[in-house]
Amino acid sequence: MLSRTAANLYWMTRYLERSETTARLLDLGFRNALLPNTGGGFRNEWSAILQSKGTLQNFTEKYGDLKQRNVESFLFFDMDNPSSVASCITSARENARIVRTALTTQVWDAINTSFQELKELMRRERSSLEVPELTDWSLRTAAQIRGAIEATQLRNDGYRFMNLGYAVERADNTARLLDVKYYVLLPSVAYVGSGLDNYQWTTLLRALSAHRAYNWAYGGELSAAQIAHFLILNPKFPRSLLSCSLEVNEHLDHLARMYDRATPAQEAARKLLGELAEAQIEDVFDEGLHEFLSRMISENAGLGQCIQDQYLTGEAR
Amino acid sequence: MSEAYFNEMYDGNGLRPPYQGLEGWYQDMPTEFRAFKQAEAEDLFRRFGITFAVYGDGGDPDRLIPFDMFPRVFAADEWRRLERGIKQRARALNAFLSDVYDRGEIIRAGRIPADLVYRNEAYEIAVAGFRPPLGIFSHIVGIDLVRTGADQFYVLEDNCRTPSGVSYMLENREVMMRMFPHLFQENRVAPVDNYARLLKRTLASVAPAKCDRDPNIVILTPGHYNSAYYEHSFLADLMGVELVEGQDLFVEGDFCWMRTTQGPRKVDVIYRRIDDAFLDPLCFRPDSSLGVPGLMNVYRSGGVTICSAPGAGVADDKAIYTFVPEMVRFYLGEAPILENVPTWQCAKPDEYKYVQEHLAELVVKEVHGSGGYGMLVGPKADKATIETFAAKLAENPGNYIAQPTLALSTCPTFVEEGIAPRHVDLRPYCLVGRDVELVPGGLTRVALTEGSLVVNSSQGGGVKDTWVIAEE
Amino acid sequence: MILTVLHKTRYEFATPVGGIIQSLRLTPARCEGQKIVNWSVDVPGAVIGELFSDGAGDHIQTVSLRNLTSTVEVNVSGKVETRDTAGVLRGHRERVPPRAYMRNTPRTEPNRAIRELVEDTLAVMGTASALDRAHALASAVHKALPYTPGATHAHTTAAEAMNEGLGVCQDHTHVMIACAHLAGLPARYVSGYLNATEDGSPHEASHAWAEIYIDGLGWVGFDASNESCPNDHYIRLGSGLDAQDAAPIRGLVLGGAEESLDVTVVIEAQQQ
Repeated sequence: MLSRTAANLYWMTRYLERSETTARLLDLGFRNALLPNTGGGFRNEWSAILQSKGTLQNFTEKYGDLKQRNVESFLFFDMDNPSSVASCITSARENARIVRTALTTQVWDAINTSFQELKELMRRERSSLEVPELTDWSLRTAAQIRGAIEATQLRNDGYRFMNLGYAVERADNTARLLDVKYYVLLPSVAYVGSGLDNYQWTTLLRALSAHRAYNWAYGGELSAAQIAHFLILNPKFPRSLLSCSLEVNEHLDHLARMYDRATPAQEAARKLLGELAEAQIEDVFDEGLHEFLSRMISENAGLGQCIQDQYLTGEAR
Repeated sequence: MSEAYFNEMYDGNGLRPPYQGLEGWYQDMPTEFRAFKQAEAEDLFRRFGITFAVYGDGGDPDRLIPFDMFPRVFAADEWRRLERGIKQRARALNAFLSDVYDRGEIIRAGRIPADLVYRNEAYEIAVAGFRPPLGIFSHIVGIDLVRTGADQFYVLEDNCRTPSGVSYMLENREVMMRMFPHLFQENRVAPVDNYARLLKRTLASVAPAKCDRDPNIVILTPGHYNSAYYEHSFLADLMGVELVEGQDLFVEGDFCWMRTTQGPRKVDVIYRRIDDAFLDPLCFRPDSSLGVPGLMNVYRSGGVTICSAPGAGVADDKAIYTFVPEMVRFYLGEAPILENVPTWQCAKPDEYKYVQEHLAELVVKEVHGSGGYGMLVGPKADKATIETFAAKLAENPGNYIAQPTLALSTCPTFVEEGIAPRHVDLRPYCLVGRDVELVPGGLTRVALTEGSLVVNSSQGGGVKDTWVIAEE
Repeated sequence: MILTVLHKTRYEFATPVGGIIQSLRLTPARCEGQKIVNWSVDVPGAVIGELFSDGAGDHIQTVSLRNLTSTVEVNVSGKVETRDTAGVLRGHRERVPPRAYMRNTPRTEPNRAIRELVEDTLAVMGTASALDRAHALASAVHKALPYTPGATHAHTTAAEAMNEGLGVCQDHTHVMIACAHLAGLPARYVSGYLNATEDGSPHEASHAWAEIYIDGLGWVGFDASNESCPNDHYIRLGSGLDAQDAAPIRGLVLGGAEESLDVTVVIEAQQQ
């Protein structure tokens, strides 16, 4: 397969996953803002969310003050914000259009329809749009596209690259979401275990569509260690770092078999999986959750780079 | 519509034989049903994704070219003659190309002026003396034809570089077969769907001598912003070959390679849909980012075949066009089957004088122009337009040729009020490799505006399915 | 005469680049005036393609290098036995028809000053032969553009050089080609090497001159810079429509830009 085609498929799904995460962050911020203003106040929360996407500076340059309405627009509609839902959907559709013949009609339809609907939303009066409508639309769209891929795409190398894009992006996004909550969101250590703390955890779980799953798995009691375990090490939760890593490995292994050749990418993926599979949540807290997550984010990025170098440039021999 | 035009469906004796199988079909079609079918056709085209302009018409790439459901039909014997004429012309054009990049016998023999060829911008010095595989330069020859009588066809122009529009030929048929399957049961319409297979076979037959396995063929596109991108991806898909951009290819050593997920893979044949000037920044335009640096060296040392060959454009130049019948006689020793439209070269003072005096009757075109722009249709122009054009012409007469306005044949076409005759032309696509092949059909363009002779899609033209009734 | 050539081109990059690809016209072809005793082109670390002859008879090869860090060197060394043929190119295998060299490029497009130079020069020549006219044009170009290094740059056109009234061999050659075309003579750009002339007149070891096609004689070299025809002090590398088209090295840096370029050329006549 042409490297550029693989790259388009890989980035198409990365953008799709990223748009979903931005929508989830928007939801997280929106729910947090419904809280009474305690301590640092909601402005800090929005700033934390923008910080987690690395776009705080972009925002302040364009809008200045952290007004909620502006942040919402920035996260959903703003084409100047490369990780806004609108930007990501547009980029995903552009990637899809270039490799139109590598996609089934159903997948193309799903992506193209979401793009057309997005344009509809962008034409509508901003005041007529509430955040829940926007986030609901985003999550539904994401699920439809993912479903079309799973149901109709041939299980060839293109399919593997699509899934690699999803998994690599998802690992990054989960780590960032968790980091926002733990490191950035809480005004000070004194609040750990407080009502605010609990509310924020619940919100995070909700934003990850993991609220009920968590209750089933851990009996409903909220604790930082258990939530961290759930989001990092639980193989049953599809967004956990371990699940993402398992998926990356699965698809890379398929590629190695299909191409009859293993590359440094398989090695790097196995190393990361090895660590996550062995890790205990105590180890994570010993290292420091923030430190651990930062390291995971950077190792995951390294793995992404490795996939890029080995498969997507056509330079590797 | 005046009687001066040949009507392809009705002549003095009534319905012409190739159209007999359509009798009943269109008369009995209720208006609502027709509208419904028309909408269905449009929907099918949108679904296929065909939304590009033909022949460098420019314009909005997301625009759909109007499709007229009334097919244009040729009888088997009519087509037989056309086929012979088209193949003959394609062979002569290739013989000419392989000659002028070699010893130039036709010039030495005084049959074509040297400067017309060697000083032509399209003559590539970089490939002089190089013989491409099988000596073929133009692998896909699009020949634009018009009809003026039962047995009278004229060649309007030749397209030896990268004629576009073939995806319409294939999709028009596909859409017609889906919408009116019974028509194909009642008429013995020769199929065109093996075009992609023949194209692939043609391209494979010109693989370089250095290639010792199944040749790796690619289509090189300028990219997805190009108006014909749909056609490029359509053909790649039908042939089962990769559609590449310049950035997907690179040169190393004596070969050209394609970047794949399994590492570099050697490329043997490139069906390019970009112009010569952009092929290789180390040989042509240094600012081109669409091409592949070093490609021309690989080509000239026999590591890869480029289709059409760089430099093929010298054969389809409008100034060279006049000499194509001469090529047929000179290289093939045959009488030309297809005629040229009589042409006045404004570069020649006496012919220019004639053109000046008869502007109101002539069609005047730029030598290097295309797409129906920059031309004067004398009989349709008002006095002011003719005067403005005359001034432009006087600035550089050598840049223009003139032809009589041809009485283009008409074919029934669905219009608001029902069926009406509209003028049509035809572009068949001849493939030249180890064999010379022509699928029975082509692209029929139709001028949808009443009385109009301009079939370009940018100026109100549409397309039709083109049928050839198979031999008994 | 035996001439030895040592030609080093060194590219430096401040930041790593994706690669470099070049088309080299750095190997002289055999003809009556030059016999190759030995010749080598080396680019350490690069993939070097095989030499092939193009239609103009030039020896060409492709070199490429991936993932460069700091420098690339193109090293040429060799020995050529030369003979004075009074500028006439004989025994050179080529297949491009001379009439193809009647076209101008943006670099050789004439302006009014060039047209006037041609008119003034030829006006007094009556029915002189094509050869005499070409000689007269070479002298006129020599006078019109005093040799002045640094007055022009790599992209200067013939018209610009004429307006400047100064130039180096590249400018002389471009103007010469424009003049020849106006006089109805096919002309082309030749790049090569020049050994120090006996009279010590200024020159560049990497040199360029024009070839003009004279019916009956074939291609004849005219070095307007030195107001002479190439002799056994010249080595001919290749030809083209202009300096870019005939460049000994035509290349591209992929994913970056070159920082600096250093060229040294040493030509020596071997004692016999």
